[in-house]
Amino acid sequence: MLDNLIRTKGREGRRGYTLPNNDVGETSLEKVLPKEALRKEKPRLAEVDEPTVVRHYTNLSRQNWGIDTNFYPLGSCTMKHNPRANEVAANTPGFAGLHPLQPEAQAQGALRVMHELQGFLSEVSGLPAVSLQPLAGAQGELTSILMVKKFFEDNGDDGRTTVLVPSTAHGTNPATASMADFGAKKIGLDEHGCVDVDELRELVDETTAALMITNPNTCGVFERNMKEISEVLHEAGAFLYMDGANMNANLGRMRPAEAGVDVMHFNLHKTFSTPHGGGGPGCGAIACSETLAPFRPDPAVERDGENYVFVRPDNSIGRVAGFHGNFGQMLRAWNYIKMHGPDLRDVTDMAVLNANYVRARLGGTYQVPYDELCKHEVVVQPPKGIKALDIAKGLIDHGYHPPTIYFPLVVKEAMLIEPTETESKETLDDFVGALLELAESRPEELEEAPTHAPTRRLDEARAARQLKARW
Amino acid sequence: MLIRIDADGVILSGLGQGGVYRTLTRNRGYCRVSRFTPHTEEDVREMLDVIGVETLDDLFADVSPKFEGELDLPPALSEYEALRDVDRLAKENVSGFPIFLGAGAYDRIVPSTVGAIISRGEFLTSYTPYQPEISQGTLQSIFEFQSIISELTGLEVSNASVYDGANAVAEAALMTARLTKRDPKVAVSKGLNPRYREVIETYRVEVVELPFEDGTTDFSETPDDVSGVFVQSPNFFGVVEDVGAASEAAHGVGALCVAVCDPISLAVLEAPGNLGADVAVGEAQPLGMPLLFGGPYAGYMATDQKSVRQLPGRICGETVDRDGKLAYVLTLRGREQDIRRAKANSNICTNQALTALAATVYTALMGPEGLREVAELSVSKAHYLAERLQASGFRLRYPEAPFLWEFVVELPDVKKANQALLDAGMVGGLDLGDGGMLVAVTEKRTKEELDTFVGVVADAG
Repeated sequence: MLDNLIRTKGREGRRGYTLPNNDVGETSLEKVLPKEALRKEKPRLAEVDEPTVVRHYTNLSRQNWGIDTNFYPLGSCTMKHNPRANEVAANTPGFAGLHPLQPEAQAQGALRVMHELQGFLSEVSGLPAVSLQPLAGAQGELTSILMVKKFFEDNGDDGRTTVLVPSTAHGTNPATASMADFGAKKIGLDEHGCVDVDELRELVDETTAALMITNPNTCGVFERNMKEISEVLHEAGAFLYMDGANMNANLGRMRPAEAGVDVMHFNLHKTFSTPHGGGGPGCGAIACSETLAPFRPDPAVERDGENYVFVRPDNSIGRVAGFHGNFGQMLRAWNYIKMHGPDLRDVTDMAVLNANYVRARLGGTYQVPYDELCKHEVVVQPPKGIKALDIAKGLIDHGYHPPTIYFPLVVKEAMLIEPTETESKETLDDFVGALLELAESRPEELEEAPTHAPTRRLDEARAARQLKARW
Repeated sequence: MLIRIDADGVILSGLGQGGVYRTLTRNRGYCRVSRFTPHTEEDVREMLDVIGVETLDDLFADVSPKFEGELDLPPALSEYEALRDVDRLAKENVSGFPIFLGAGAYDRIVPSTVGAIISRGEFLTSYTPYQPEISQGTLQSIFEFQSIISELTGLEVSNASVYDGANAVAEAALMTARLTKRDPKVAVSKGLNPRYREVIETYRVEVVELPFEDGTTDFSETPDDVSGVFVQSPNFFGVVEDVGAASEAAHGVGALCVAVCDPISLAVLEAPGNLGADVAVGEAQPLGMPLLFGGPYAGYMATDQKSVRQLPGRICGETVDRDGKLAYVLTLRGREQDIRRAKANSNICTNQALTALAATVYTALMGPEGLREVAELSVSKAHYLAERLQASGFRLRYPEAPFLWEFVVELPDVKKANQALLDAGMVGGLDLGDGGMLVAVTEKRTKEELDTFVGVVADAG
């Protein structure tokens, strides 16, 4: 079968870039390196000219949908518009050319951005201390749980072996608990889809290190018993960690600290509009209480008189990244927050308005398992006899990126829709129209979808069975 | 955003705060954030009616405890004002100078085409390719990235990338434990970038230190209970290590050998897979990513086919669609957190798709000969500088050890030398704190800059 890989478009001897001349005279590799260290075979890489490279990757991009091309209501991912001013900020030469090991005195502008962003996230969460270092949401989770782990270790409390995780949690939560050498114990839900406080009271004991909660939870429902939950945990000497993936529902409306949260992570690539880039890079900054602040990763940025400096928190868990974190994403998020100020609350208001509007319009045709106020996203189920997967693929033919499907795991045939605040009423009306139309479709017809996308449905089993992951 | 302009056109209003119009005091006749949120006041009214509530506040009736105040953040800025601040702060950094710092991040040329491709909205604003029918662009670019890494490392399978080089190293340490079914315990030397070692330790892996002399690691007495033996080549001090010796030592005690390599170096150095390494990892930043004060970069990880199920992160594989057309999809998903939850081989969720794409485009532009030329230019310039420094009476710390583009020079006062370099408009090398300066030289440095460097350092005494 013919592929369309860049390597097939080249010819030996072609080049896509010209380097500066050697102005110091050549040093022969044979002279400076032992013979056995030298490469014997040329790697089989593409040999192509610049126009071919540009055309190849431009055409590849056209097989991709992004927020820029299509409505992208992917639940739990907050696919909001990515302002281009943020890209300009991140490409400013005075930042882009800055080496991470330049002494602090040479990077005062960058440190100030980090310090201000720490302050912004502290204000939004109500928590006094921040670390910007974690490189992704999952790493922010891990950082938080490792901080909890080290707190107990440093206090000589070696009996804390368990982390509680609600059945609605993102898969990263239990995986994080395992990575930090905790046992993950599942906790059930009440009739609203929220953490069951009675069950929590039974489960929490002196072996409990923390509960990992997402608020609003992954059903889009606000965890209204947060305060009580935190009290149960705190009485037992355990911590409340909040997965901040859904912070787009909370800006200026709820501050986690006031609900008793001890430590949380943010996804700057969700709430604060840094682009997802096809799956990364992100930034999973964390915020925490005074108690946990000394355990933050190395380094944090502090102000020392007129200057900004890096400091290693006293009981730091260590580094979680090679350098200071994904600074480019920090710069983008900092710029985004500066363009919103206290109006960040309007972001949340419009996001929640949009999700509730979709909920109200779909109810009656689609089942809404928790049919009460939702927050920034809503979970629905297709009418009986139709699969969520088929609706999702059908939406592609209507020009919409599908919502998250089969998640949360506690809802059968779940479709998790998160419209975000940056979509207009017209877009939502058209999207709802498409969903209502698909609900009327014959299942066997839907099973063929998509027919208008760059490819049709794939044989995913074959990819795993006959693994071919390279040219 | 909600706007209502009164008669003189300056006061705007919104819906909120208990069913009355909340007056939003704006200093000009429009709301500063309205450009990102399309709703007019009429839109909001109609939508609230459909929902069946009166006000926006009603949408938060279930929220407890509520935050009733206003966020204490600086007032919203227009794009122009915000970017003016960006420029102002950028000027507070020392930038635009020739940089002699390396130690894991390198000041290399980034071709214009790289930025042009990765800023295309179709790549920039897409999510993880869970819907392969509309994500073939990202998926094929990942497949190409994996192919490039496999070719450079001489190993069969690569993942789609991880957060950064340090995390690739730490994930490899955990991987050796899973593969050998031993406790996570790895042997490293001072030749491993100390920041990588710190991340390994953060991930709760025990580290034992191997002897390090004359710039290279002595693998002869590797303990027999380790799960992995790490060899960084070129190592932290720039010296090319004996990856073959590390592999033999690792296999001799039933452990796995992990090679940590700068991808540019693999254009001229033997592929670690051909020297017995079981896993190769490293920092892909030199492949077309700007320094950007430490990130975003991308870590790469490659291994052999038999170990693929213990490789963390995304893997993209080839398949066909219903019409038999070739296409790409994320595969072997059973290893991952969203399927396996607590039993996943890592909690890792994303790769670094966009920066990995930068590496892919960079490598396509350079090709094998271009990569080799980047390496050779850097070697020539670094050796020129090292010779000139020696001719000026300075000693290299490891004069007999083979190096590519990074080396340690002994100076009477590194701090003073770096200050003098800064005064001359250059960013000097890394102060090792023991009389040594770790100097990195890339293809960007000119003869004039190198000569100035020598002159300034000599004058600083």
